[in-house]
Amino acid sequence: MKEIVVISGKGGTGKTSITASFAYLGGKDVVVADCDVDAADMHLLMEPKKSTAEDFYSGVLAEIDQNLCVKCGKCSEVCRWNAIPCKNDEYTVNPLDCEGCGYCARVCPMEAISMNEQNVGEWFISETRVNNTMIHARLGIGSENSGKLVAHVKNKAKMLALETKKDFIIVDGSPGIGCPVVSSLSGAHFVVLVTEPTVAGLHDLRRVYQLVNKFQIPAGCIINKADLNNEVSDEIKEFLDEEKIVHLADLPYDENFTKAMTLGKTIVEYDKSKLRETLTDTWNEIKRIVM
Amino acid sequence: MKIAFTTQGTEWDSKMDPRFGRAAWILVYDEDTDKFSSIDNSDVAGEAHGAGPRTAQRLFEFQPDVLITGNGPGGNAGTALKEAGIVSYIGAGDMTVKEAFSAFKNNSLKKA
Amino acid sequence: MKIAIASGKGGTGKTTLSTNLGSFLAENNDVVLVDLDVEEPNSGLFLKSTLIKKYDKFRMVPEWDLTNCTLCGNCQKVCNFHAVITLKTKVMVFPQLCHGCYACSELCPNNSLPMKQEKMGELKHFKVGKLNFVESRLDVGQEQAVPLISQTLEFVDEKYTKETIKLYDSPPGTSCPVIEATKDADFVILVTEPTPFGFHDLKLAIDTMRVLKKEIGVVVNRYGIGNNDVIDYCEKENIPVIATIPNDRKIAELYSRGELLYDKITEVKKELEKISKFIFDRNIGGNK
Repeated sequence: MKEIVVISGKGGTGKTSITASFAYLGGKDVVVADCDVDAADMHLLMEPKKSTAEDFYSGVLAEIDQNLCVKCGKCSEVCRWNAIPCKNDEYTVNPLDCEGCGYCARVCPMEAISMNEQNVGEWFISETRVNNTMIHARLGIGSENSGKLVAHVKNKAKMLALETKKDFIIVDGSPGIGCPVVSSLSGAHFVVLVTEPTVAGLHDLRRVYQLVNKFQIPAGCIINKADLNNEVSDEIKEFLDEEKIVHLADLPYDENFTKAMTLGKTIVEYDKSKLRETLTDTWNEIKRIVM
Repeated sequence: MKIAFTTQGTEWDSKMDPRFGRAAWILVYDEDTDKFSSIDNSDVAGEAHGAGPRTAQRLFEFQPDVLITGNGPGGNAGTALKEAGIVSYIGAGDMTVKEAFSAFKNNSLKKA
Repeated sequence: MKIAIASGKGGTGKTTLSTNLGSFLAENNDVVLVDLDVEEPNSGLFLKSTLIKKYDKFRMVPEWDLTNCTLCGNCQKVCNFHAVITLKTKVMVFPQLCHGCYACSELCPNNSLPMKQEKMGELKHFKVGKLNFVESRLDVGQEQAVPLISQTLEFVDEKYTKETIKLYDSPPGTSCPVIEATKDADFVILVTEPTPFGFHDLKLAIDTMRVLKKEIGVVVNRYGIGNNDVIDYCEKENIPVIATIPNDRKIAELYSRGELLYDKITEVKKELEKISKFIFDRNIGGNK
């Protein structure tokens, strides 16, 4: 069983469309894990039928038991986020401002403050319309994606893949360079970097690759909209050469990406010619590399 | 020498866990006494952030000389391990504990 | 007048709108554009700017002082973020994991963890023609955007008058950084694309802004591609669609080179005029 993680650093490069195409091509051999929970869009193409849904808890927030509170104000005093204002002679925690550090609970002389785990969303096990098993999640407003949620989604995917003897786990990775993407990368056999030849695209590719390099995971790169700017495209290729990243494919600037998405289809279903061919070859190449 | 492994179980034939911070188990083999000790690390998977240092902290209690794992500890845990004088070897994520141990003995694992 | 420019997902054209609108409005107004996407600040790539001044930005983290330390382990116990660990011979602090709550420092019985300044990033203050531009950039390795965003907003509030039009190029998503960047704004412009992904993420962004009780308007980028769902939805929900930027390969090419659009593409300039009229007619922030 091999784990392939697709990441991009910058948004709007076509990462999810490409990941969905691989999921389609892999069909029943694949477990899909959508770890881009901040903008979880994969389900729009995969039409997952939810079979299991469970609440997800992460992080803690302070809560004051008003029956025990003696209004000494110590909690409010030590809070660096001013999350415990005194209103109408009552100290209450503003959940949007609470950082979950627990300092207030430690100084409360009445032990009136408890730190409670937060329900931050739900996660699901589903069957997609193209016969993958899919693990995905939905976060509540203001809730943050975390290493924990990503690890959880990936772990479920791994367990299912082992149980049902699937060959591949395909992970739609988290954006940025923080904790969630570190968790997305952990345990991966191969990383697919999706980028575009724009000044911002190259800038973000360099940043996110620093992270991949730290984990010493072999990587390949797909340059989407490659013909948009040949100069920057060449610069990206130079970078790939230097870092010994496999240059997997160049995809053209093609509105079929959007047209396929608008019909709720993957590109490889919608496009009948070159784009489909290139992505199929790329998927086969990735399989060859990881096997 | 004491050798620590990140694993999915507690025996020679258990699979390694490629992850460090969120590894299911930590297994420590003491060559001198030929004995295993282990600790269930699965509760760390419940931490939103900082799983690496938390696991490192736990590992220190065993005082191992060497750590064998899969992808290698991230920045924070890596620094802590170095400070504690533990040498990390990576690339054993797909092996069993036994295979990882012999790979280490044959010098075929990479230093992190 | 404070206007935040945000979007549910990345790559919809937030930075394109911010830089073009900022430059356009600055032709006749006092404007400051603030790049608050401190993890990936890209606005500066599109503006030929002159640096006025650079400031290092700091946050407070504990630093171990061995003098009186008894290695009691209290610091490790009180840290909810595992940013402090006690080894046999020393205490280690992981600044990236530290949220700056001061618990380990203030609860240490021997004052062995005094709080020290740590550099987390840089704030740069630029001039681009008549446009004022402020950019903050988180150092690589720093994971927490919120403290830098809030310090940047403080800087802007101190430097510029109430009458200055302040445009905030906000981080993407719906979590803490975007809440920090928008919570102080008088109005939020959400940028989206008329595609299923764009539509889905726009709805999340709208929900977030409603929780914050913000007045919102929508700008549709790449208009003409995809379908009508975004426009229909906004109409149904009574959310003004302030402008539509056409889908055009020429625009994508200019963007790829890091160039501004409105001085080269008249349709874009017309749309910016619409936004300008909207914000002045609406008297956002109520100060003009």
